[in-house]
Amino acid sequence: GSALAEKYGLGRPALPAEIAAWDQDILPDGTGLPDGSGDAIVGEEIFATQCAACHGDFAEGIGNWPKLAGGADTLDREDPLKTVGSYWPHLSTAFDYIRRSMPYGNAGTLSDEDTYAILAYILYSNDLIEDDFVLSKDTFFDVEMPNANGFIIDDRAETEYSRWSSGDPCMKDCKEDVKVTMRAMVLDVTPKEEGASEE
Amino acid sequence: MSENKSRTGTTRRSFLQGAAAVGVGAVSASAAKAQAADPLITEVQPWAQGFGDGVDETPYGLPIQYEGDVIRRNVEWLTADTVSSINFTPIHALDGTITPQGCAFERHHSGAIELKKEDYRLMVNGLVDTPLVFSYADLERFPRENHVYFCECAANSGMEWAGAQLNGAQFTHGMIHNMEYTGVPLRTLLEEAGFDTSGDVSGKWVYVEGADASSNGRSIPMEKALDDVLVAFKANGEALRKEHGYPVRLVVPGWEGNMWVKWIRRIEVLDSPVESREETSKYTDTLEDGTSRKWTWAMDAKSVVTSPSPQSPITHGKGPLVITGLAWSGRGAITRVDVSRDGGKSWETARLGKPGEKMALTRFYLDVDWDGSEMMLQSRAIDDTGYIQPTKTQLREVRGLNSIYHNNSIQTWLVRSNGEAENVEVS
Repeated sequence: GSALAEKYGLGRPALPAEIAAWDQDILPDGTGLPDGSGDAIVGEEIFATQCAACHGDFAEGIGNWPKLAGGADTLDREDPLKTVGSYWPHLSTAFDYIRRSMPYGNAGTLSDEDTYAILAYILYSNDLIEDDFVLSKDTFFDVEMPNANGFIIDDRAETEYSRWSSGDPCMKDCKEDVKVTMRAMVLDVTPKEEGASEE
Repeated sequence: MSENKSRTGTTRRSFLQGAAAVGVGAVSASAAKAQAADPLITEVQPWAQGFGDGVDETPYGLPIQYEGDVIRRNVEWLTADTVSSINFTPIHALDGTITPQGCAFERHHSGAIELKKEDYRLMVNGLVDTPLVFSYADLERFPRENHVYFCECAANSGMEWAGAQLNGAQFTHGMIHNMEYTGVPLRTLLEEAGFDTSGDVSGKWVYVEGADASSNGRSIPMEKALDDVLVAFKANGEALRKEHGYPVRLVVPGWEGNMWVKWIRRIEVLDSPVESREETSKYTDTLEDGTSRKWTWAMDAKSVVTSPSPQSPITHGKGPLVITGLAWSGRGAITRVDVSRDGGKSWETARLGKPGEKMALTRFYLDVDWDGSEMMLQSRAIDDTGYIQPTKTQLREVRGLNSIYHNNSIQTWLVRSNGEAENVEVS
């Protein structure tokens, strides 16, 4: 590419206050973490008023709403429970997501202090810290995320593509026998279509 | 949306009643074989006598009422509420490749927001010479491109990992749409901000986020950002629909729909990925041993027979039958689609509606003479990398059952002799 790409002179420079307002992301290495701190004791109170209606008093989740705690060592089981504690690789993601996008329906209203405290409560609910642990950018990496090493970069090129790109596919006599092994109508979970009269 | 609710749809039940009335498998009411003269021909009909609507009746039209079943549908039990949820394109009823925007699926994480052009701002910041703010009007002054691409949700067919669950192509394969986009290459905006393209782009990333509460932030490697990503403001000729990101969205050809950030407000150049919620907690694919793949961006070659299918049964009895469907690949163009009528024992190569285009939906047809016997219909896509769409068994051998995303396996419809079709798995 050319370092002298054509410019059109469109747009205008972003002001520092504008960048600060919108660029809130926090990186896995902690870049972007604000000052402030919070612990699970304070966090429990905030969680009770701001979060528990959906996520439960103990972050265990209500109904279909996401469970934030539990699920340790379930990832290789039939029905894994993926929570902040059991699944999320980085604590940075939780701070970033909570402060930016929660509470659901009233996002962006939590202070940095509130966010640290809520996150401490979620970690405590996952048995990852003690209740007197004070979470801040200085202690952020004292918390060990159990699934930090649980991710691999997309390896389909090695594990799949060569398997299924090998020459011509079978066209005739590909199987001896074909049997139906599963039927969606047995489950009967498909919505009835608009206008269908219930019998 | 009360209008939609008042529009009555055809149902499987009403189809069956209708089929019973004419006699399943018998010759259907066909003018060519009618015994008595057809009054629709011999009697003057009202539409041949009086007036239709004036040209001022419908400044912006909706489909005729008789097409009332060609609508998006929601599956209530899939998600906790309808605001962070999904609905489904009625692919069983469409033909060709372009998805009408009004019934093209939606996936939101905090609802479809209303953001007018006057209030729209796009920021480019991070590792650039000059962080910039663009207005909507600014974006319309950059040189534009047009491209047709599919947008497929990473979770399309995800409910089918464990078995046959939902009875209809709309539900099993309808988290997809295909539109002609007009927009500005992302590369152009990055260069305007002074991203040094003569420098080493490897290891550089862009992080893109939306203006909505969920933000949907995703990290994209710079190679892709500079290649074919579009900042789009028109789809199928007109402005984006509100629910599809009005006024501006990202178009990321061939890659999972989650990365097509809607209402895009910020593009940040970084030297590492953010590893946001939508690329750690979500859109990571857990394998049988409990490890999970991350950054599974490309959508692999896939196809589905859209008709006949559970929502599109055969109603005309034996004889000529059009078997049709869609094929697509995020890694290139579809070169061939094979169709099986016996559950994969034997295959016939279908006809493509037109040559496959890169990372766009491709229509296929197989015109057959149906003898009224039961069929186990399958389709198998092949793309220009030579990749052949796998069976679900093949995918499960590598991934297990818990991947959630990226299910591109071969679908089977059991078509009974009465024309009714059902979602099944076969051995």
